[in-house]
Formats: sequence, C-alpha cells, structure tokens
Amino acid sequence: MRTVTVVGASLAGLYAARALRSQGFQGRLVIVGDEHHRPYDRPPLSKDFLKGETGQEQLALADAEEIAELDAEWVLGTRAAGLDDEGRTVRLAGGRALATDGVVIATGATPRRLPGPELSGVHTLRTLDDAQALRADLAGGPGRVVVIGGGFIGAEVASSCAALGHDVTVVEAAPLPLLPQLGEEMAGVCAALHGDHGVALVTGTGVAALRGEPGGRVTGVELADGRLLPADTVVVGIGVRPNTDWLAGSGIAVADGVVCDAGCVTALPHVVAVGDVARAGGSRTEHWTSATEQAAVAVHNLLAGATLMAHRAVPYFWSDQYGVRIQFAGRRLPTDTVRIVEGSPEDRSFLAAYERDGRTTAVLALNRPRPFMKQRRELMRAAQPVAS
Amino acid sequence: MIPVCHLTDLPAGESVRIDTAPPIAVFNADGEIYAIDDTCTHQDASLADGWLEGCLVECPLHAASFDLRTGMPTCLPARRAVRTHPVTVEDGMIYVHHAAEEGTAA
Repeated sequence: MRTVTVVGASLAGLYAARALRSQGFQGRLVIVGDEHHRPYDRPPLSKDFLKGETGQEQLALADAEEIAELDAEWVLGTRAAGLDDEGRTVRLAGGRALATDGVVIATGATPRRLPGPELSGVHTLRTLDDAQALRADLAGGPGRVVVIGGGFIGAEVASSCAALGHDVTVVEAAPLPLLPQLGEEMAGVCAALHGDHGVALVTGTGVAALRGEPGGRVTGVELADGRLLPADTVVVGIGVRPNTDWLAGSGIAVADGVVCDAGCVTALPHVVAVGDVARAGGSRTEHWTSATEQAAVAVHNLLAGATLMAHRAVPYFWSDQYGVRIQFAGRRLPTDTVRIVEGSPEDRSFLAAYERDGRTTAVLALNRPRPFMKQRRELMRAAQPVAS
Repeated sequence: MIPVCHLTDLPAGESVRIDTAPPIAVFNADGEIYAIDDTCTHQDASLADGWLEGCLVECPLHAASFDLRTGMPTCLPARRAVRTHPVTVEDGMIYVHHAAEEGTAA
C-alpha cells in the first residue's frame, strides 16, 4: 500500500494517522479535513472553552513536533465529495481527485437542526467555529438562553451558560433526559442537577417552532404544548447525523453510518471507517474513547488487507456539568436493575452498578472517579475473550 | 516542605491529593513514595484519582499514562510531562518538596 488517505481530520482521523505510522506504514499519507483547523479536542467546547477558561491553543490534539513526525499531506478546509473507482479515488470539493490505495473514513457527524427559516442567535455546537460563535453571542451580558435537547451536549451547554450568569431553560422532548442511556432512576438524578443550579428543565414536550422575524434574531421557542419561552439565544442539541452523503454512488453500504464489520472494515478491504461515522459490528457509537480505540483496530486490518482484529471494548463516556463529573461504562439493557454501591444520590456523589442475573453490566458514577475506574477495569477484564 | 500524611496512612497502592497551587498527587507505589503534579497534562482530571500499576498512573478520564519516577507520559493522549516533586520521609511523616515552577522533570 503506497498511499493511504484519511478522510476526516478530527479525533478519529488523527488517531488513524498516528496508528498508520506507529504500525509501520511508511508510504504517502494524506489527511483531508473540511474544517480549516488542525485536529483539536471537541469535549472542552461545551465546557471550559465556552466559559472562556480554555483557549484555542489548549485544544490542539497534536503539537508541531508531532505534526512533523506524522509526515502527512494535510488538505484542510476541503470537503470530500466522493469516493470513486472501487475506493481508489477520493474526489474533493473543487474537483481535485486523489488516487489512493487505502482509505480511512473518519468524516464524523453533523448536528441535526430544527426545520424552519434561519434565525440569528440559534446555534448548534460541534465545531470550534460553532463554539466561537456561541461564545461571542453569550458575551453580550446575561440573557435568556433556551437549550433544546437535554442530552450531554445540551446539559453541558446549560451548565456553562448558567455559570456565565445567563437565565437558562432546557427543553427535553422525552419524559427525562438520558432515559435510554441511564434508565429512569439514574436519569432522574442527573436531571436534578439542573434544578440544583437554578436551571429550569421542561420535559415531555417537543418544540413546535422557533419565533423570530425571518432573517432576524430569534425571540422565543414555541413548545408543542403551546407554551412560549422567550429567548435571546437558542442552542439546539438534538443529536447528530453521520456524514455519509459524500459516499453516495461509491458502493460503500450506508445505514445510519458506514456499515463495516467489528474490525471497522467495509465490504472493500482497503476501505475502513472509524469514529462517529462508523457503524461497526452493527452499532454506531459517538464516544471519544471508542473513536481512539477503533483507529488502531481499523488501521491494523487495513494494513493486513483483512479483518484480523475486532474492536470489542466496553463503551465508556463521561460528562462534566455543574461541577459534577458523570462517568458511565458498560452495556445496559432496560431490564437491568440498578443499585447504589457507595455514596448517595442526594449528595450527587455516588457509584451505581447496573446488574442482570447477578452480574454487573454497567456502572455509573457521579464525582467518584476512583471507584468508577476500578469498576470499569473489572468490566473490561470480564469482556476479554478467555484465552484458550 | 509540605507535610502530607503519616506513612501508615498511605498504604501501598494508595494516593492522596494535596491542595497546593497547582495541586500535587502523592502515591505509594509498592512502598516507594512519589509526588507529581496532580492535573493530567491532557485535560482537566486528577491523577490522584487514577489507576496505579507499578510505577505508572493512568488518568481516570482518557487513560493517558505517566511514569511516577520521571513524570513522562508513556502513551497518548498526553504528550507533555507532569512535574515531579522530591519526597522525604522523616519520623514516619511524608513530606513533599515543591519543585520550582520552571523545574520540570523532563
């Protein structure tokens, strides 16, 4: 394999590039990214960066020394427009075509938006540019912020906005935020964090429309139940759509993500997919840790020309909101029971175990990083295939 | 010189954070006492909460790993070292000698 093209220059793409070099690939390495920025870390965008406590420099995932070591050709600010010739040509917006022997698809995902005309003051948060725009909008002094969607992005933005002195309301269509991820009892504890810090949480109602003159600024959010929430700024955090449109006509199967096996390999052995865009082994995860882990597995298989390794990690994610660190690991089913192992939900500091047939399937911690880590390790050990 | 705790209060495999500015994490790695800056150089997480294995501590957030003896990261995502601080034990009491701001171990 003489040329490998990594399409996507964020976390998963960078880790794939690192893996290519560390696993001995000495050929031409091209990294294509639609943003103008070198790879940066997204998790702080909704937290310290939004609060102005972290600058752009601290977000860099690779320093100048590493960029030089990677010895890659960076094609930034350029969107991939197509994958042709059975995955041997990456077509770029603007017409340039890159001949390649291997492809790593790491194009990530794009936030879902609400239908309706464009209004200023309405934001999504995914990229550094998004975060800068929102930060600038919030700098005008205390205002009314409505966050649509109570998931982790929404909750973190609400927490940051409250810390900045804004009057914040979170709107969640489901009866509770994070219900599918955490179950009713624990989702209830996490939802209570909003109220602890003076943020209103409106649940069980969707959004009917955003109010505002077309071409002007948003003035409010009209809920499906008829209520109207006045707003100076609206942040929409209602999930993402994997960036697969550019693969239309490529022959690569797409179904809410790039369909690939548990080793991140598509039907073409020289095309692999990693990170938020990959539907690997039947599921798509949007977690920081899995993006980094998948890259090593995918590159191993890409260089081998066959699926020799599978990615079977225990899912792990975390969130920081209102000074509380929430960490979750494992695979929980709706029928699992949950038990507080130590601490207490009232204190917002505890470790909880999800259990099924006497086995621990997942763990959740609020402000208990140490015992959480121990439990996560045990889940990882239990998930290892038994050596024969 | 900052008193930490009695040696008997920090058994092997345990760690403690002291609230200096910036905070320092003190570890008992199988009988050897080490002190390093507590905050992971990758992102805001306390290494005193990390996973101790031999002379390595793994960050609880992103699994960056540091060598307690040198402060050097042993794997990604961390690429910058944490500072190490000299430790002494006198009359059963652990003391940390705060390294000067510019004195990195790396």
